[in-house]
Amino acid sequence: MTKMAQLMQWVDERFPATKVWNEHIAEYYAPKNFNFWYFFGSLALLVLVNQILTGIWLTMNYTPSGEEAYRSVEFIMRDVDWGWLLRYMHSTGASAFFVVIYLHMFRGLIYGSFRKPRELVWLFGMIIFVLLMAEAFMGYLLPWGNMSYWGAQVIINLFSAVPYYGADITEWIRGDFIISGATLNRFFALHVVALPMALLLMVFLHLVALHKVGSNNPDGIEIKKYKDENGIPLDGIPFHPYYTVKDIVGVAGFLFIFCLIIFFAPEMNGFFLEPPNFTPADPLKTPAHIAPVWYFTPFYSVLRAVPDQQLGVIAMAASLIILFFLPWLDRSKVKSIRYKHWSFKLWLALFVVAFVILGYLGMKGPTPMRTLVAQIATVYYFAFFLLMPWWSRWGATKPVPERVTH
Amino acid sequence: MSNEGVDNGKRRFLTLATTAVGAVGAGFIAVPFLGSWKPSAKAQAAGAPVEVPLNKLAEGQMVKVEWRGKPVFVVKRSSAVIDSLKNTAQQLKDPQSENAEQQPEYVDTVIRSIRPDVLVLVGICTHLGCVPQHKKETEVEWGGGFFCPCHGSRFDLAGRVFSGVPASKNLEVPPYSYINDDNILIGVDEGAA
Repeated sequence: MTKMAQLMQWVDERFPATKVWNEHIAEYYAPKNFNFWYFFGSLALLVLVNQILTGIWLTMNYTPSGEEAYRSVEFIMRDVDWGWLLRYMHSTGASAFFVVIYLHMFRGLIYGSFRKPRELVWLFGMIIFVLLMAEAFMGYLLPWGNMSYWGAQVIINLFSAVPYYGADITEWIRGDFIISGATLNRFFALHVVALPMALLLMVFLHLVALHKVGSNNPDGIEIKKYKDENGIPLDGIPFHPYYTVKDIVGVAGFLFIFCLIIFFAPEMNGFFLEPPNFTPADPLKTPAHIAPVWYFTPFYSVLRAVPDQQLGVIAMAASLIILFFLPWLDRSKVKSIRYKHWSFKLWLALFVVAFVILGYLGMKGPTPMRTLVAQIATVYYFAFFLLMPWWSRWGATKPVPERVTH
Repeated sequence: MSNEGVDNGKRRFLTLATTAVGAVGAGFIAVPFLGSWKPSAKAQAAGAPVEVPLNKLAEGQMVKVEWRGKPVFVVKRSSAVIDSLKNTAQQLKDPQSENAEQQPEYVDTVIRSIRPDVLVLVGICTHLGCVPQHKKETEVEWGGGFFCPCHGSRFDLAGRVFSGVPASKNLEVPPYSYINDDNILIGVDEGAA
């Protein structure tokens, strides 16, 4: 036995290192027909690592106080060696996170990855999505620019819609009568300590649940049905080296685009970093036009589409909560878009159109025409989910193959 | 392990009792964690009352002052405006100020002030907290008042919200009182001083 093997044996007798490696990497059998859409899970992990690393480095020079926060971000951008790069990696990473997560969720939608037995994978994923929104929202306050300030003002005031206790709740969240250094400090604590820990825990649970039931695939069939004499799925290949290598290709493609943005368009024309955020927070002056960062705008449009404050907040919360119920709303006999009736493609295409329209309108100021369009898109958004138990059963499905196709 | 001779009733009672005591303990320990989020003594001290002189305010003009870090609008209204405010009820969501949280009880429910000509409002939109812009009655065709640039809510020159806009509540009237004819004190109730 070599020295290395002896060392591994010593470790394995005390800690299940080889066992865990095999179960989750080397002998985790994933379907062999993964395609382009299966890049985004591993890319989300990559962006998570990017956010944690650059985030840790940013805290080394950032000062979380109402007086110093804005200046310390400018200090990072101008006077800290490589500070601009770390900051742009972090701010671009936030948008990149939502890009890959939205595509990852869309993959689940088209191939039915949330269906039985993967309901918990979906639910853990949805919790990650909500935590990510909270993380991004609190992070956006930290540069203490005027859009940070007023964006937070608008979002915290959503809680004033709570009957009777609304004013007390918003005061409690802010820790002051207005958004102030007290609010900034608590958001900083949540952004850098509490939420990242919760995120990591949920990512861990998401993967544990996934590896218990096994990955879905573009055909939406279970590879565990046909196994060889060793109990290995006939259509499965070990995650390592096959998918680790495949994912590296995705990483290369992703980093190419990511670097282009960081180096040539880090503000993305106001989409990733909004212009009013280059002036310090001013409690007495609202920017002429308040819009959230692009990844919140679809939900923000739903809020504005309802001409009543309380109902608007309820509608916005509902547009998020309804996603949790997806595993129980889809009643189709097949999982994958490949074998569903053509009407599914129509419903889905219109849903994508409605979601993009809502996202676009959320960035724009309200006009009567835009509000009407947002209302139509909002109605469709809810109809897509609420009527799914009926439309998903409608129409003939194509025969599903016994083994994966590729 | 054998379960022989186990008193299940006693075991259940002890489990419940331990859980209940534990829950009470968790409730108590939550108090400092939740309570520390309330405005600190420093933040509360910064909320001291603000005195506003009225003698330099011309008719139709508005001054903006800061109270508790919030913008407070003080507007001097002409008698024509005051009269017009009494005939617009059908355009408004809450013309009689029935939502009593939005103003102290000592202000009029229609024109929403102590003295008819001087209007005092917290300049924060009741929709989502932006600062509305003051529009004079001569500037706009809807009679003048306050326009919120964020989501297009409109309020009249008594701070009452118009129908068909996102905001549902009238602008808040802060507690205030007259020190004398020319000075008001924002943050102290009328009759409290």
